[in-house]
Amino acid sequence: MAGKNTFDYGMDQYQVGKTNKFVKVLFYIGLVIWAVIDLFPIYWMFTFSLKNNEEVYGANVMGLPKSWLWSNYAKAMTTGNMPLYFMNSIIVTVTAILISLIAALMATYAITRIVWKASNLMNSFFMLGITIPIHASVVPIFITLSRMKMLNSYWSLIIPYSAFSLSMAILICTGFMNDIPKDLDEAAKIDGCGLWQTFGWIIVPLMKPALATISIYTFLQCWNELMFANVFISDKKFKTLPVGIQALAGQHTIEWGPIGAALVIATFPTLFAYIFMSKSIQESFIAGAVKG
Amino acid sequence: MRDKAYRNITIFFFLLPALMLFVGVLIYPILMSGYYSLFDMRSIRLNGTEAFGLGNYKELLLGIGTEAKKVGFLTLNLPTFGSINFWKALGNSLLLAALSVFLQLPLALGLALMLGKGIKGERTFLSIYFMPVLISTVVIGQLWRKIYNPDYGILNAVLELLGKEDAAHTVMPQGGWLGNVKSAIWCVFIPTLWQYVGYHMLLMYAGVRSVSPELREAAKLDGATDAQVDWYVVIPCIKNILRVSVIFAVTGSLKSFDLIYVLTEGGPYHATEVPSTLMISMLFLRNRYGMGSTIAVLLILLCFAFALIISAAFKEREYYGRKKHV
Repeated sequence: MAGKNTFDYGMDQYQVGKTNKFVKVLFYIGLVIWAVIDLFPIYWMFTFSLKNNEEVYGANVMGLPKSWLWSNYAKAMTTGNMPLYFMNSIIVTVTAILISLIAALMATYAITRIVWKASNLMNSFFMLGITIPIHASVVPIFITLSRMKMLNSYWSLIIPYSAFSLSMAILICTGFMNDIPKDLDEAAKIDGCGLWQTFGWIIVPLMKPALATISIYTFLQCWNELMFANVFISDKKFKTLPVGIQALAGQHTIEWGPIGAALVIATFPTLFAYIFMSKSIQESFIAGAVKG
Repeated sequence: MRDKAYRNITIFFFLLPALMLFVGVLIYPILMSGYYSLFDMRSIRLNGTEAFGLGNYKELLLGIGTEAKKVGFLTLNLPTFGSINFWKALGNSLLLAALSVFLQLPLALGLALMLGKGIKGERTFLSIYFMPVLISTVVIGQLWRKIYNPDYGILNAVLELLGKEDAAHTVMPQGGWLGNVKSAIWCVFIPTLWQYVGYHMLLMYAGVRSVSPELREAAKLDGATDAQVDWYVVIPCIKNILRVSVIFAVTGSLKSFDLIYVLTEGGPYHATEVPSTLMISMLFLRNRYGMGSTIAVLLILLCFAFALIISAAFKEREYYGRKKHV
């Protein structure tokens, strides 16, 4: 469209309004201001994680650290137990992702690929889960877990996490699975594949992009979850990062550096992944919202 | 016949893991929440002698409860008044919801519309705006605690730079930004805004980009200015996404927990109490499991009710031709 901005339609002449240069500059200023507001606290977190109290408390509040104090990280690791919390978060998150992936793949296969009467009804049933907040089940799950003496275990988080990720996983799976042509199933059937073989040999290998999207989404949900982790875990041995950081912040009330270091350690994997997969991460969120 | 049996068994096995998780962790607990909310549960076991009925709801909504107190030899059920301030908590979360809808969403929409014009560096801006969404709320809460810190926080440092020390000094004696009854709720809202503008912006941006260029072109041909194109063409086109955003903002505020728990734990003097923090304190501080369930039940009902009301409000104004089905 650039260049020519007038059109002739017979008698009438139409003028296409061009965006005002001045307005465009204003847009830019607005966008940049918000970008700075977004980035500044994160920048500040990185810098104070490397400073000593003297700098944080006034000598050098906003600038880059004068001497980069990596010992803050060592402190967060040793006195703050960060490696333990980090491992716990990984164990819980990865297991929850695996369980919800397997369960979602199988369920979606049964719903979209096998013809039976109530398949649509079953799909709507699972979709109920998208609107159910986790608050709804904290109390009963807490009561059940404590009666079964299962509080303070990995499973007390893994099972609820995978269950609450399930609906979204099925939703995303359904979208991807519907894109796989049904002819493939027919061909497999003619070649003598049963339903199980078709699932294992044909469908699952074609679902790789879906698996990535679901894993990203579930990862972010579980990695950052606080309420369940806070209610079900009180033993240090099983604390995940969000709860661990809470504990650490209570411990180091005077020294800021180690807390900053812990915050950076907890954020690092997510931001690292974001740098490489920003587009697919954004898409997984759009997919989750638009259909939810 | 054998084929059909084989098929049915296969369906059953394929659905089994998902159903077990879904029914066991979502459906059954919700039903149990409803059931527990009818008992005055003060321990994790129902012992069969507990009061059954709407007592919890009465205490929560009307503020009149009963408590067993020992007076000499007797155990009396004495009435208690206003021990749980549910309305205050609900009011706070509705205030947060209103702030989200009227401040956060317009800001997100403005950013999305500006980005949607195909400005240079579009993707970079988008990626920066979305970044806070990915950071754990606990990290964000702890970070903002530092920002608000009355002695060494960056907020007061910035205010000093701007020559507005007065603002900082007026809240200082009353416990700093987070400890002040008046400023606390705003201090809780600002990080929420900061974190989730990017999320709503992303959804709206996706919508703005999906508006067909011909439509914009046609409007411009008719002499519409940029602002008019946005107002009369783009915004009506992304109504569905706006509806989703409003629902998320409102139900999200009703359910908000993480950030408030990290920043204030509902304090000072319940100034930032929301239903979720109240629910958690019922479990841990008061051992009132029945009451905790009651709050959960009311919360779910409110979320569903608001989602329906918002959807209805959007439907009525849909006078732009055919309805869209998502």
